[in-house]
Amino acid sequence: MTGPSLQRTVIVANPMGFHLRPMAAFARRAAQFQSTVTLTKEGRRVNGKHMLELMTLAAEQGTPLILDVNGSDATEALEALSEILAAPTMDDDP
Amino acid sequence: MRMTDFVVREAIIPELTATTKDGVIREMIEGLRAAGYFKGGEPEDIVKAILKREQLGSTGIGRGVAIPHTKHNSVDRLIGTVAVSKVGVAFDSVDGEPVHVLVLLVSPQDRPGDHLRALENVARSMRDDGFVRSLRQATTREQIWALLDEAPLQW
Repeated sequence: MTGPSLQRTVIVANPMGFHLRPMAAFARRAAQFQSTVTLTKEGRRVNGKHMLELMTLAAEQGTPLILDVNGSDATEALEALSEILAAPTMDDDP
Repeated sequence: MRMTDFVVREAIIPELTATTKDGVIREMIEGLRAAGYFKGGEPEDIVKAILKREQLGSTGIGRGVAIPHTKHNSVDRLIGTVAVSKVGVAFDSVDGEPVHVLVLLVSPQDRPGDHLRALENVARSMRDDGFVRSLRQATTREQIWALLDEAPLQW
């Protein structure tokens, strides 16, 4: 695989934490990139393209998550995926 | 947290009779009601809230598993139930596959952390294909409870 390897630490802003809907949005978006996508919380790294793995993060509001992207579209992936993680709302949960 | 910490044993349904998304959610909430939860019009209110949440995006996470959920004032701690559909339910899941295992969660309004830990717990168990297969093959409430109780805390 060629392309840059980029990393950014993003703080979960959503008051409900990184819950199922943002996770689904994240996994769906991540799957659109050729780059590999991982998220790390407290040293535990998971595949960002898999819902079941993202669910194991249990990241509450204020949790720093390290986003790593590696591949030809890494720059675009880093921006798009950081935005989902840092979004303060998706909070129309009934 | 383990699944047995929040799953209401008496509400577990080893073989759902409903075959639609609305129907299985209703049947699971009825299971919790029969186990002593909710009063008055709360069950219907909760069913509607869960279906409204589903409209925002399916909670079918793939591998035949769905986690319908909502927040509701009628509970003072996170509760849940597990149900199995032998025939499968169309759920608009991320992988398009029908759902066979459902974990339904009702949380208090102000405890997002518990909800996230419940999701973590469900995911940890459901990553194991053998666990999902065993749940689908279970025929009694006791068998399902035993599987949930035996699920490893670590991976």
